[in-house]
Amino acid sequence: MLAFIISRILQALPVMVVVALISFAMFAYVGDPVAIMLGQDFTEAQRQALVASLGLDRPFFVQFAKFIWNAMHGEFGLSYRLSRPVAELIQERAPATLELAFCAALVSLCAGVPMGVYTGLYRNSWLSRFFLTFSLIGVSLPTFLIGILLILVFSVWLGWLPSFGRGDTVQIGWWSTGLLTASGLKALVLPSVTLGLFQLTLIMRLVRAEMLEVLRTDYIKFAKARGLANRAINFGHALKNTLVPVITVAGLQLGGIIAFAIVTETVFQWPGMGLLFIQSVNSADIPVMAAYLMLIALVFVTINLVVDLLYYAVDPRLRVGNAKRGH
Amino acid sequence: MSPLLEVRDLRVEFPTRRGVLTALDGVSFSIAPGEVLGVVGESGAGKSMTGAAIIGLLEPPGRIAGGQILLNGKRIDNLRYDQMRRIRGREIGAIFQDPLTTLNPLYTVGDQLVETIQTHLGLDVAEARKRAVGWLEMVGIPAAAQRIDSYPHEFSGGMRQRVVIALALCAEPKLIVADEPTTALDVSIQAQVIALLKGLARDKGTSMMLVTHDMGVIAETADRVAVMYAGRIAEIGPVREVVKHPKHPYSAGLMASIPPLDRRVDHLAQIDGAMPRLSAIPRGCAFNPRCPEVFARCLVERPALLATGATEAACWLYDPVSEKHAPEAMRHG
Repeated sequence: MLAFIISRILQALPVMVVVALISFAMFAYVGDPVAIMLGQDFTEAQRQALVASLGLDRPFFVQFAKFIWNAMHGEFGLSYRLSRPVAELIQERAPATLELAFCAALVSLCAGVPMGVYTGLYRNSWLSRFFLTFSLIGVSLPTFLIGILLILVFSVWLGWLPSFGRGDTVQIGWWSTGLLTASGLKALVLPSVTLGLFQLTLIMRLVRAEMLEVLRTDYIKFAKARGLANRAINFGHALKNTLVPVITVAGLQLGGIIAFAIVTETVFQWPGMGLLFIQSVNSADIPVMAAYLMLIALVFVTINLVVDLLYYAVDPRLRVGNAKRGH
Repeated sequence: MSPLLEVRDLRVEFPTRRGVLTALDGVSFSIAPGEVLGVVGESGAGKSMTGAAIIGLLEPPGRIAGGQILLNGKRIDNLRYDQMRRIRGREIGAIFQDPLTTLNPLYTVGDQLVETIQTHLGLDVAEARKRAVGWLEMVGIPAAAQRIDSYPHEFSGGMRQRVVIALALCAEPKLIVADEPTTALDVSIQAQVIALLKGLARDKGTSMMLVTHDMGVIAETADRVAVMYAGRIAEIGPVREVVKHPKHPYSAGLMASIPPLDRRVDHLAQIDGAMPRLSAIPRGCAFNPRCPEVFARCLVERPALLATGATEAACWLYDPVSEKHAPEAMRHG
């Protein structure tokens, strides 16, 4: 088990190094940071001093090693745009994005899995047909449009939910949470639904397809022949066998939700990392972009590791090593 | 003795876009308590379909369109799903062909046994587990008390089929429907599994319907045998009679096609032609296009099971009204 985790971490390292290389390369190839930082009016001596203080006169590998070293300590330099440490900016914004992503994932799993099971079991009921039609809408409508429609209905017409922002937040250490206040929770609803809708439909369709597949298998037929109750067959035997692909997709989707919350955050003016990223792109704020890239890579690598561990928990066939085969 | 299972004129249909296919047509037989009935025939003859109809698990859109299935004199073919569920496992156990796919890979064999025992016998976990270990011992799993917490993939094919047998028997049903229980196994394991099945059925007084296309297995295990062809029973009778003195031309062809082990033969006997598709079953006797003894009546009228002495055969040759010399006339004409 421990060996498995260590080996997965070792496999993840090259990924992180490559992403770091790409992030680092941005400094060299996307604009000239020295020119950006100096502004219009400078002397050659000032330029030399800045180049030296940034370490830009040193060889490529030394610079890269320094970048990695700093990154490992959570230092990504100063934002060009805001002149504040990047780590601080991200720390400020991360809770908003992570809470949003978590809620969106929760929405998509809690609704998507039961809907998938239902549509798989009762293929021809009118409710299944409705779910499938509805899921087609979820898949085909762009996120920003769904967001705007939800704002129109629930904020403008009905006035039930706020149309932008996080509402009131509570500070717990460096983490600012919107989960503990009524207005914070209300503010979460529309963005979570907007962000989770696509994943919801995806998970529903995946669970449905897997259920249809599993329900045809011999072990389900045998479970029926043993006279087990429907509930035990559908949820114990069938659903559990659909979980491996569902975990894979849900895991990758969670990464996607965190990384690509940009559109939703823009629509709802959600003060998260996505909004920070899009503002940074607009002003070529390379340190922020580089740090964001690294962070998202780390998120994906971590999620993949968790997904692998979940496989391990779900499917005993993967727990090799301690298995003794019979004769 | 009144039969444990009685199948009367069973008809199974599959509605398709191109019309209704009749997969089983007028199948009738019975199984006495403690008796082993072998069911043989080519692939697609309806052997497995008959088993599936009895346990009430026909694959949709298949449906029982006529006839009756009686267990202990009570109809079970028209029960609601939930009533039938209580019969499956408890009254009628089932064993399937491929032990590699019959067990749920994500649960230990103990979990699956305990679950089945608890469902039907309402015991607490500890008692159910004790019984589960007992069953594993009975089917010959070594170190059953330890192996009970193993997952199916940790067993070999033969061992898995033993687990499947334990699962089918653990609620002590009176009838086992075994659908090709040894087909997927190594030849060396087949005999062991058959011996086990036969021994357990005898010890528990369990009746068995043994579906297979392996005549060796039938000859060794069954008391009576039913030969099926194109969804109908061609011949049924004591196993010795059907194997040694088959009356129906199809059973005769089937027995002749078993290669003899005691002498060398240059050509293996075979029945010319192929079994008709369900959509193209000929009028009269379904076997008439391939039958060496065919005569005029076979082409128009479908034979019912007729007494031939020891066995019953669905063949006009055994109807005293038929022209005895008709086959000769046909052949020379």
